[in-house]
Amino acid sequence: MVDTIVIPLLKIAILLNAVLVAVSYLVLLERKVIAFVQSRLGPMRVGPHGVLQPIADAVKLMTKEDITPARADRWVFTAAPIMVMVPALIVFAVIPFGPEVELFGRSVPLYITDINIGLLYIVSVASLGVYGIILGGWASNSKYPLLSSLRASAQLISYEVAVTMTLVSLVLMAGTLSMVGIVESQRDAGLWFVFAQPVAFAIFFIGGLAETNRAPFDMPEAEQELTGGFHTEYSGMRFALFFLAEYANMIVISSVATTLFLGGWLRPFPGVEGLAFLDLIPAWIWFVLKTFVFLYVFLWIRATLPRYRYDQLMRLGWKVLIPIAIGNVIVTGVAKVLL
Amino acid sequence: MAEAFVFYGLAALILGFAVLVISTRNTVHSVLYLVVNFLLVAMLYVMLGAEFLAAIQVLVYAGGIVVLYLFVVMLVNLKRPPETHQDPRRQTRLGLALAGAVLAELVAIIVYSSTGESVPAAAPAEAGMVEGNVEQIGMLLYTNYLIPFEVASVLLLVAMIGAIVLAKREL
Amino acid sequence: MPGDEVSAMKADLPSPMFDTTEMVLNMGPQHPSTHGVLRIVLKLDGERVVDADVVVGYLHRGIEKLSENRDWTQIILLTDRMDYVAAASTNLGYCETVEKLMSVEVPRRARYIRTILNELQRVASHCLWLGTHAMDIGAMTVFLYAFRERELILDLFEEYCGARLTYNSMRVGGLPLDIPPGWDRKVNEFCDIMDSKLTEYETLLTHNRIWLERTKDVGVIDGPEAIALGLCGPTLRGSGVGRDVRKDEPYAAYDEFDFDVPIGTRGDTYDRYLVRIEEFRQSLRIIRQAMDGLPEGPIVGKVPRLIKPPAGETYHAVESPKGEIGFFIASDGRSTNPYRFRVRAPSFCNLQGLPRLVRGHLVADVVALIGSIDIVLGEVDR
Repeated sequence: MVDTIVIPLLKIAILLNAVLVAVSYLVLLERKVIAFVQSRLGPMRVGPHGVLQPIADAVKLMTKEDITPARADRWVFTAAPIMVMVPALIVFAVIPFGPEVELFGRSVPLYITDINIGLLYIVSVASLGVYGIILGGWASNSKYPLLSSLRASAQLISYEVAVTMTLVSLVLMAGTLSMVGIVESQRDAGLWFVFAQPVAFAIFFIGGLAETNRAPFDMPEAEQELTGGFHTEYSGMRFALFFLAEYANMIVISSVATTLFLGGWLRPFPGVEGLAFLDLIPAWIWFVLKTFVFLYVFLWIRATLPRYRYDQLMRLGWKVLIPIAIGNVIVTGVAKVLL
Repeated sequence: MAEAFVFYGLAALILGFAVLVISTRNTVHSVLYLVVNFLLVAMLYVMLGAEFLAAIQVLVYAGGIVVLYLFVVMLVNLKRPPETHQDPRRQTRLGLALAGAVLAELVAIIVYSSTGESVPAAAPAEAGMVEGNVEQIGMLLYTNYLIPFEVASVLLLVAMIGAIVLAKREL
Repeated sequence: MPGDEVSAMKADLPSPMFDTTEMVLNMGPQHPSTHGVLRIVLKLDGERVVDADVVVGYLHRGIEKLSENRDWTQIILLTDRMDYVAAASTNLGYCETVEKLMSVEVPRRARYIRTILNELQRVASHCLWLGTHAMDIGAMTVFLYAFRERELILDLFEEYCGARLTYNSMRVGGLPLDIPPGWDRKVNEFCDIMDSKLTEYETLLTHNRIWLERTKDVGVIDGPEAIALGLCGPTLRGSGVGRDVRKDEPYAAYDEFDFDVPIGTRGDTYDRYLVRIEEFRQSLRIIRQAMDGLPEGPIVGKVPRLIKPPAGETYHAVESPKGEIGFFIASDGRSTNPYRFRVRAPSFCNLQGLPRLVRGHLVADVVALIGSIDIVLGEVDR
């Protein structure tokens, strides 16, 4: 009873809260990081150095008027933000934050579940997130959001194939689809997969930027072109859901990249005996640190690069990333057979 | 008992949404119901212990193909009334013929499964050498069903080339 | 060109399989990247622009008509409000036109300071252009960097005349104020800072692959067509036409300085970008020369208290940061205000080219092209 119901429910509750807090502080982090890049200070008013800014933002968004445009498709308009948020949150079910730990005399794994198709689960659930964007844009009954929806769907079909292909080459390396299994196979190999699969890592990272609609692939919400894109007509909490989902997705992509390529909860160079003292730091801290590095790179890129045009992203996806990804799968397969 | 309960619940929902897909007037809503339908079918797969199939169902159908449907539905103006055919009862006849075919098929399946010997157990036994859902499907695809698998791939390739040729007139 | 492909495809489809109607998209006057209150009615095929209709007039204040009821000095104040990001250039254009009408000789020191103010103004205006242009294409950091440097120029102007945006910094016959003590040193310091910051901007943009893809071959226009459309300034020079009023019809003290007029080769957005970046450097070069050779002497020529030009009309143009700004002024010789006042605004002329530039491109390119022709709506609508 305790093992099958209470502990999983507790874990889900803790994880969801942690993710939502992390998301709101990620927003603050973004504002701070970009401000420092641009020789500004960022939020400074709410609390010391603006640390309470996320709370102020939340209060503001919750108390704002929630407008549904006239002639909008009311049901779809309301459902769309939820359809973005839910996939972003349920992906966390299979992400392993650490191995099993002893807590109060029980052995508790630091992940909600380990299913044997973990990686496929992530890819398929993540691919559902785009519905919210497409339908939100469509249901607004407004032209800029509609253009944004078209961009989002064009973007999805351009990069998803390439990203999935990189995962195939990764699965060839690991021999399993289970997220825990992938981390364990990196431990057994004594090597993070980023060193074995640098090409796949690069493509996955680019695809991750595109999947989360982050710069330089933030065409669906380009303020300067589409005045905010799919969320132009949204306000209040419904807008906040879109907003939070984007940042939750950033955390998802970062933690998936950490698990797949940076050895998840493993310390750096798990194969080198001389660095064993690094194991003194708890595994989950390594995981969080690596995820943080990814998140920082996301923000850094946003502050640095101009935006792609959506036909250029499609060209990049179809003509560059997919051929390279397929080539990578073939090379990996051949190497796997020969070695 | 619980399993049967869940199965019939799911089956009812699937059929309900399937009816909604074809009965609703708004094309985008119809596509949405289709997504829900696919997700429910994926749940059915999970219930049957075919997690791999469930994930693929979500990834390929719900996540990929229907996005393309939506793309087309939003791009193309569907408000135009359908062209009237010379024979107004053509659709009715076609529908009746198709329904008849499906009915015959269903009856055949029921008769076959109730009178004939149970489903050949050879395949699972063979695949039972390896563990796990993915591995089993892999084994089956690349041993027993290699030729259908390859034929399907060639078919997809042909479809792909055909689409490119149609879309791009001058190569 | 991509646009031709679309129309060619349409041509050989006798009856379209799908009903793909064109969509009319209203862009502006409240759109984040129409640089003020510009409105463009875009006709779209998917995201490709089939046609664009530019609607202006949202910022019309009737400056030309107002000027006919103001005396000759009060008009300077109105010229501030035309190109409000380059007020000193408009001031200069107007004052020189009146001086031409009255045949007033401006002292050499005043002409030097006017040149310095103008070139500082050009740098400030180009900073604003670079920031917003990069922002439109999505490079948000360049925006803040460019505004950081623009701030330094505004500080210089504030020290000179007390205003940061609408300077009212010139008078018919010369200048109202001499430069404050220590100002020359600060200007020289600024030139050094700006030089290093330019490298910083270029690091972020010039060789950035995304920037190249977004600007190269976007909005290509060749020299003859650019002339036919009446384009001017850096927008024209990007198409390889070496027309610069500072060189061709020198005014102020430009004939005494050594500077180059950068021109582009292909006439695309990237060339216009490069031309303006190089103009930063040339402006700094002019400022340094003028600061080194700043002559002593009076700052106002012999002008009567009450300005009353003789009857007649004249046209005079100067090179503002946006292009050739020309003033046509007619005086009846009796009243203390102009009989007719008319401005050839470079932003307005460049805006004429916009529909031609955006046709066949995508919505994302429209904002890039608005940025690339560098317009100010205060000047377009006047």
